[in-house]
Amino acid sequence: MTKAELVEKVSSQINLTKKQTEVVVNTVFQSITESLSEGKKVELRGFGSFRIRERNARLGRNPKSGAQVDVPAKKVPFFKAGKELRELVDK
Amino acid sequence: MVLNTSESQGTVVKADLVDRVYERVGFTRQEAVEAVEILFKEIKSVLAKGEDVRITGFAGFHLKDKNARNARNPRTGEPIRIRSRRVLTFKPSQQLLDSTNRSMNESQNS
Repeated sequence: MTKAELVEKVSSQINLTKKQTEVVVNTVFQSITESLSEGKKVELRGFGSFRIRERNARLGRNPKSGAQVDVPAKKVPFFKAGKELRELVDK
Repeated sequence: MVLNTSESQGTVVKADLVDRVYERVGFTRQEAVEAVEILFKEIKSVLAKGEDVRITGFAGFHLKDKNARNARNPRTGEPIRIRSRRVLTFKPSQQLLDSTNRSMNESQNS
């Protein structure tokens, strides 16, 4: 399901227009993005938690040419599904 | 912003997301609560039906079927059977990766 389809599904269950619902959806995911960028974790009951995992810099290789390349350290967003969601998808 | 003493970095919860929606959109608080609640409920129900969810500009939630396999309890060494199961994987979009890494130069303590 894409974001547009999700917006449609949500707006049909609530007294909001599609436009308004889209703003809600964008605001929610923007907020999560901003929080992660500030180094905060986001915990949503019944859903899961988002946090940042740090990856160290390492030496990699270009698989095609075999040339060595520096891979810089990076911060990777990580999601851990909550127990409820984990069990829900595995029924 | 309020400094949370127990977690110096702070943890964002659903109520904080509701606040953002409330501030930016100008619904009543009740509407904001309801909208956020329904959004996550809907994502859950789509995933429960076995369908992936892709949020453009944020990330994809993908379902993966794992085969059963033999493994060991790392503590006791006891062999165990892990049954086949379906797991959820999270794939951040390039935009999300860009935002979390842009902040790198500004962050002082880590």
